[in-house]
Amino acid sequence: MSGIGWWGVPVAVLAGAIRVSTPFLFVSLGELVTEKSGRVNLGLEGTLVMGAMSGFAIAWLTGSPWLGVLAAALVGALLGVLHAAICSLPRVNPIAVGIAMMLFGTGLAFYLGKPFIEPKAPELPALDLGFWSANPAIRSALKVNALFFIGVALAPALVWMLRNSGIGLVLRMVGDSEDAARAMGYSPRLVRLAATGFGGALAGIGGSFLSLYYPGSWNEGLSSGQGITAVALVIFARWNPMGCLWASLLFGGAGALGPALQAIGVTGFYHLFNALPYIVTLLIMIVSCSPDRTLAGAPGELSITR
Amino acid sequence: MASGSGFSRRAVLGGLGLGAAGLAAGSLAAPAARAAGKTIVGFIYVGTANDYGYNQAHAEGAAAVRKMPGVTVLEQARVPETVAVQNTMDGMINLDGASILFPTSFGYFDPFVLRLAKSKPKAQFLHAGGLWKEGEPLNAHSYFGFISQAVYTAGIVAGHMSKSKKLGFIAAKPIPQVLRNINAFTLGAQSVDSSITTTVVFTGDWFLPVREAEAANSLADQGADVLTCHVDSPKVVMETADKRGIFCTGYHTNQAVLAPKAYLTGAEWNWTGLYPRLVGDLIAGKTLPNMIRGGFREGFVRNSAYNAIVPEAARKQADGVRAQFMAGNFAVFKGPLKDNKGNTVLGAGTTLDEFDLVLEQMNYLVAGVIGSTS
Repeated sequence: MSGIGWWGVPVAVLAGAIRVSTPFLFVSLGELVTEKSGRVNLGLEGTLVMGAMSGFAIAWLTGSPWLGVLAAALVGALLGVLHAAICSLPRVNPIAVGIAMMLFGTGLAFYLGKPFIEPKAPELPALDLGFWSANPAIRSALKVNALFFIGVALAPALVWMLRNSGIGLVLRMVGDSEDAARAMGYSPRLVRLAATGFGGALAGIGGSFLSLYYPGSWNEGLSSGQGITAVALVIFARWNPMGCLWASLLFGGAGALGPALQAIGVTGFYHLFNALPYIVTLLIMIVSCSPDRTLAGAPGELSITR
Repeated sequence: MASGSGFSRRAVLGGLGLGAAGLAAGSLAAPAARAAGKTIVGFIYVGTANDYGYNQAHAEGAAAVRKMPGVTVLEQARVPETVAVQNTMDGMINLDGASILFPTSFGYFDPFVLRLAKSKPKAQFLHAGGLWKEGEPLNAHSYFGFISQAVYTAGIVAGHMSKSKKLGFIAAKPIPQVLRNINAFTLGAQSVDSSITTTVVFTGDWFLPVREAEAANSLADQGADVLTCHVDSPKVVMETADKRGIFCTGYHTNQAVLAPKAYLTGAEWNWTGLYPRLVGDLIAGKTLPNMIRGGFREGFVRNSAYNAIVPEAARKQADGVRAQFMAGNFAVFKGPLKDNKGNTVLGAGTTLDEFDLVLEQMNYLVAGVIGSTS
């Protein structure tokens, strides 16, 4: 077995895009649905960590990784509903609640997760798309987890749902004009409750990917801010589900570049390469920003002051 | 304009100060009574105590101290390297009556341990990191083990097991202790086959599970067939090596259960041996040195048991070198030694003793390491 040299970099970026992007994808799609209803849930970092912990715990206790994913989704939905319920009280700031939920979620996960740091839970299955290759690097890169496919399929499904389905229309209406929604007889409170719950469930699933597949164990440093990054990706993606998919892939791939370059012997500037995802984000934000169409696609009711 | 309340600011502050002094006096009286006949030892960790890594090694040492008669052990995990550690230690002394403290993270020492050591002269502080300097409080001690010796012997085993002659090292930051381990690992492997190279990936921080997994996969992609690491929790690196079907050697503590097929051996802290000795000396009224250091010979470090697949030749060579370390006549760093930029860092005939402080300032990677310190 010998190395694959410079080919290692594109292979690693591809592999990283597939392996690392999944949590970003689920959390950002979840947050997108929530924001489309006109509310920001900053607490998804906490939801992600809770999802990772509860998914791992249930998978370990029951022996089934898919039950773990289900549990993570349920826990995520519960946290989302809690956020929405608190926010529906009068004069409550959703940003402040989000930050509180983030601290609550991570704290609770650390507290409840203590007994699960040592055990090994069963892993989520992966499809071996690299079976045709004899090269272990390619084979490893193309071992694609089932959740990745679900996430990738979810993005166009959400595009269709938001554009064409009744649910999507109601969601967008609540997000764009609360008064219009009320006039039509829909309760913004209930719609947001459902949207935040759905967003939480997706974020929980994203967390379970971390603990059940890659890197595949539960510990307290597992997320290192991925939930917060994913929330920011929604703005970056201009509230477009396909944008979330591309942004997540870009983030995953860019994150793999730093280690991959060092592994082939490009040793300088590794701090810079490790910071690459953020530099890329900044650049794209600057390039894509223009005075006449800033924040196109942003839901009308979305505001940090209410 | 003076305030109309009748209290000057100074009087208020003075009153507060007196109150605080009263509280302090009250809380100082309590431990004296409680501590009669019982020594209370406090351990403080920066992360989780069962992280299969740095913190677990210390927690295993704490468990060994707990078995000593007449000793009660307190533990607090996940204490950041901020004023939080000072408050934790303060609480352990004032509220729980601890007289010996083990603040086990590098960044706890300056200024937090130093500050508290001055204000609590009766308590003994044993800090992991080897940072004590002349002129600092005498009740503050800093200990450290020459784990690079155990990394060297692990490197010998890695050198025997590698077929591709490429090793991978996942490191957090290019600080002297980390560079010393990378170099020791490489030199150990090169003592088996001088053509062996080690590729280093620096992740940038002590605990980044996803990036560590990416680094391990990238190194495996490049043909490295034995991985090791210097990060706080080697768990992810060991598990990834196992998944990729390559070998690994552990660090900090024993990770064999995480990678039963891949785990060859590992460099471990022997805190279970050292801590009861230090606590026993303090209880017996002995004065400990302020700088406490040692390697194999002094019982500070050890290797994990070999995997069954490690061949006889590898065991024999590693055991032989370890025996020489125990006898005190083996040095990891001896001339002629070149760094990986071609500069001579040690001339022929120069041998650096492990206690030599020059080693604490290591800023180079030896020839055969693919990586850069900046």
